[in-house]
Amino acid sequence: MKLTLKIWRQKNAKAKGSFVTYKMDNVSPEMAFLEMLDSLNKKLVEEDLDPVAFDHDCREGICGSCGMYINGHPHGLVPGVTTCHLSMRYFKEGETIWIEPWRAKPFPVIKDLIVDRQAFDKIQIAGGFISINTGAAPDANSILIRKQKSDEAFDSAICIGCGACVAACKNASAMLFVSAKISQFALLPQGRIEAKERVRAMVEKMDEVGFGNCSNTGSCEAECPKKIKIVNIARLNREYFKAF
Amino acid sequence: MGKLISKIPDGPLAQKWTKYKASVKLVNPANKKKLEVIVIGTGLSGAGAASALGELGYSVKNFCYQDSPRRAHSVAAQGGINAAKNYQNDGDSVYRLFYDMIKGGDYRAREGNVYRAAEVSNQVIDHYTALGVPFARDYGGTLDTRSFGGVQVSRTFYSSGQTGQQCLLGAYSSLNRQISKGNVTMYPRREMLDLVLIDGKARGIIARNLITGEIERHAAHAVVLATGGYGTIYFLSTLAVNSNASAAWKAHKKGAFFANPSFVQIHPTCVPQLNEFQSKLTLMSESLRNDGRVWVPKTKGDTRPANEIPEEERDYYLERRYPAFGNLVPRDVASRAAKERCDAGFGVGETKLAVNLDFRDAIKKQGKKTIENKYGNLFEMYDTITGINPYEEPMRIYPAGHYTMGGLWVDYELMTTIPGLYAIGEANFSDHGANRLGASSLMQASGDGYFILPITINNYLADEIRVPKISTGSPEFEATEKEVIERLKKLLSIKGKQTAASFHKRLGKIMWDYCGMVRNEEGLKKALVLIKELSDEFWRDLNVPGTYSELNMELEKAGRVADYFELTELLVTDALNRNESCGAHFREEYQTPDGEALRNDDKFTYVAAWEYSGEGNPPVMHKEELNFEEVEMKTRSYK
Repeated sequence: MKLTLKIWRQKNAKAKGSFVTYKMDNVSPEMAFLEMLDSLNKKLVEEDLDPVAFDHDCREGICGSCGMYINGHPHGLVPGVTTCHLSMRYFKEGETIWIEPWRAKPFPVIKDLIVDRQAFDKIQIAGGFISINTGAAPDANSILIRKQKSDEAFDSAICIGCGACVAACKNASAMLFVSAKISQFALLPQGRIEAKERVRAMVEKMDEVGFGNCSNTGSCEAECPKKIKIVNIARLNREYFKAF
Repeated sequence: MGKLISKIPDGPLAQKWTKYKASVKLVNPANKKKLEVIVIGTGLSGAGAASALGELGYSVKNFCYQDSPRRAHSVAAQGGINAAKNYQNDGDSVYRLFYDMIKGGDYRAREGNVYRAAEVSNQVIDHYTALGVPFARDYGGTLDTRSFGGVQVSRTFYSSGQTGQQCLLGAYSSLNRQISKGNVTMYPRREMLDLVLIDGKARGIIARNLITGEIERHAAHAVVLATGGYGTIYFLSTLAVNSNASAAWKAHKKGAFFANPSFVQIHPTCVPQLNEFQSKLTLMSESLRNDGRVWVPKTKGDTRPANEIPEEERDYYLERRYPAFGNLVPRDVASRAAKERCDAGFGVGETKLAVNLDFRDAIKKQGKKTIENKYGNLFEMYDTITGINPYEEPMRIYPAGHYTMGGLWVDYELMTTIPGLYAIGEANFSDHGANRLGASSLMQASGDGYFILPITINNYLADEIRVPKISTGSPEFEATEKEVIERLKKLLSIKGKQTAASFHKRLGKIMWDYCGMVRNEEGLKKALVLIKELSDEFWRDLNVPGTYSELNMELEKAGRVADYFELTELLVTDALNRNESCGAHFREEYQTPDGEALRNDDKFTYVAAWEYSGEGNPPVMHKEELNFEEVEMKTRSYK
C-alpha cells in the first residue's frame, strides 16, 4: 500500500510543533500500526534523521504505553483496539493518515507523540489502594464475594491507563479512568473500608492536577480501547456524594 | 571468587525456611529508616519488594524504564498464578507443588529454593486478594481455579486471561501506598546503565534519565535487580519489545555470576508470524490447552480448511503421544512436538509453521457462553490480530521465545555473588530448573518480592547499620559514570548505515535457528562464529542519530543490542557445555529412541554459573552441584 502520513513533530516540551509529511510506499496490510511506524523510523535512521518518538512496549494491548490520535480518534477508528493492535488492513490504498499526540493540558507533550501521563499516577498515589501490609492478609477464601460482584469489579479493573478517555474528552476529563479505579474497589468488600477517604482523595487530586469536568458526552466510553463503561462514572458520583 | 556457597539451611526440607526465618538477623525499626535500598524494575517482584521494604521502614528508591510502574511486563502474563491452597480437595499440597516444579524443571533446580517458593505461594494469593485483585470466583463466593500444563491438580488462580495485569495493578497499588507515605521514591523513565561497587559491595547505580538524557548517580546500602528475563534475544518473542538484559548483564560484568543462561523457554501457544516486519509474537495463554485440542492433518500438505477435515483424518498428536497428560504436557514438550510435526511436513497455514488449537469439542460440550467466560478476551485478541474467529475455526499457533529460567546466580538469600546485590523474579535463575511450569512465574516473582527478599535482605543490612548514607561523590561513582558516558559516545560515534533493530533482528534469527527449541554441537559452534561476525559489523556499521543528552530511543536500543551480542555468546557457550538434553535445552545428540529428552545426571546435575573474566577472555564456569535429598531423580514422563 502507498500512504501519506502527516505526523506531529515536536522537538521537546517547550518547542513549537508542526505536522510533517512522510510518503510511505511499501506498507503491508498485515502490519500493525506501530510496525508501519517502525518501518518509517528505520528509513529515517538510515538517513541519519531524527526518528519519530512514540511510547510503546508490550505490543499486545495490555501495558497501556502506546496511544496516539489517528485521524481524529484515540487509537484510531477501530473500536476496542489499542494502537499497537491496530492493523493496517483497516486503511485504504492512497489514504492520508493524521497522527497526533494526546492533546490535554494535564498530559504535556514530551516529544513528538510522547506525552507525560504522570498525572494518572499521582491520582492513584493519592488513594488508589487498599491499606494492607504484606503478610497481614486473612486466608483468601475467608472473604466471600458474590461472583456477579466480583465479575463487575473485574470489568472496571481492566482499564490499561492509556489515557485515551482524557484525549477523547473535550474537557480533558479523567472521570472514566478515575471511576474505573473507584468502582473496582467500591464493588469489593476489601475496598469498602476506606471507600470514603479514597474517593475524596482521588477526586481532589484529579482536580488538582488539572483534569476537566465531566459533561456526559460519552466520548470516553466510545473511544476506550477496553470498552470501560460510563456507568462507572455514575458510580463514582454516587460514591463521592456518600463520602461527605 | 571461590566456591559457590548456596547457603541452604540444614535440616528437613519442610523446616528449612521456618528455621531460617527464626535465626536470620533483624534490623531495628529506627535503623531501617537510615538504610537505603535501590530496586530496579516494577513488575511483580520489583514492585512487591519495593512496597514490602517500604512497609518495613527502609528508604527505598524504585526505578523503571516505562513512564509508569504499572506497565512492567508482568502486566502481560495471561493464564494465572499457582498456589498450593488445595481449595479443590484434589490432593494438592505444598509438597506436591514443590514436586511438580522439580519434575517440571527436569531436576535442574535447587530443592530448598523450590520448596520455599511453594510454601509462600499461599500467602501470595491471600495478599493479592486482600489488595483487591479480582480473581475469578465460583457462585458460592469462593475463589475458582483451573489446570495448567505439567500437573494433575487444579491450582491456578486467574482473572480471565489477564491475571498478570490484575496482579500487577495490585502490586502497583501497594507501591503507590508506600510512595504516598514517603517510604518509596519512584524514578520512572530511568534506565540503569551500570552498577557501582565500593570495596566489592554493591553501593549504587548509574542511570540515564530517558527524557532529559541526564546521567544520574544513585547510592544505596543494597541494590535489588528485578529486571526480568532476556527472551527478546530471539528478537521475535512474547516479551515487551523494550524488555532487555542490560542491567543484569552490567552486573555480570561487575562480578555477578550468570547461571544456566541457555535455559530459555519457548512457549508452545503463540500467534504465528504473519509478516516480515513483525515486531513481536503474541502469546495465547497456555490455559487454552485446558479446553483446546491440538491437532494437525494426518495427511502431509493437506490444504483443506480445518473445518472440512473429518475427525478420522485429524492427528491429535499430543493426546496420541502423551495419553496421561494429553494436551496439558509441559511447555517444552508441547513446543518440540509442534516443531516435530511441522518439520515433518504436517504444519498448517500458509507458512506451514503452525498447528491447530481447536475449541469445537469444548464449545459443543460446555456451550459458547462458558468458553467465552473463560477465554473471552483471548479469543477477541486472536481475532483482532488474525481476523479469524476462534469460536468458528481453530486457532493457529506456533512456539515463540518466552521465558528465561536462566539468570543471575543467587544463593538461598537471593543474593548474587556480589555482596549487597540481589536478583529476584525472572532475573534470577533459582526456581524453575531447565523448564518453567505455567502460572509459576507470577507465583515466584511475587513470592521473591513480597515474602522472601524482605526477610533475607535483613541478614545483610543488619551489618550495615553503622555505614552512613553512601555518598555519590566517591571516585568509584566518578569512574563508573565515566565508563558509561564513554560507552554511549562510542555507540553514537560509529555513524554507519544500519539501525540497532535491524541488527537485533538478525541476531534473533541466528539464535532461533541454532539455539532455539533444538540445538546441536555443529549449529552452536556455527552460531558463535555468526554472532561474532555480526557483532563486528554492528560496531562498524551501526547508526544512532542525535546525542545522549536528550530523549533518544535509538540509543537505548543500541545499548541493549550491544549487550545482547555478549549475552548470546555466553548463552551459546553454556548450551555447548551442557552435553545432555534437559527441559527446554534439547540437544539433538542426546535423545531417547522416541525423541524425548535424555538427561545425563552423572555429569550434569549441576548449575553452571559463569564468571566474566574480561573482554576477549573466555568466561569461567563454576559448578554448583545439585543434591536431591527429598526427590528421587527419574526420567520425566508424561505418557
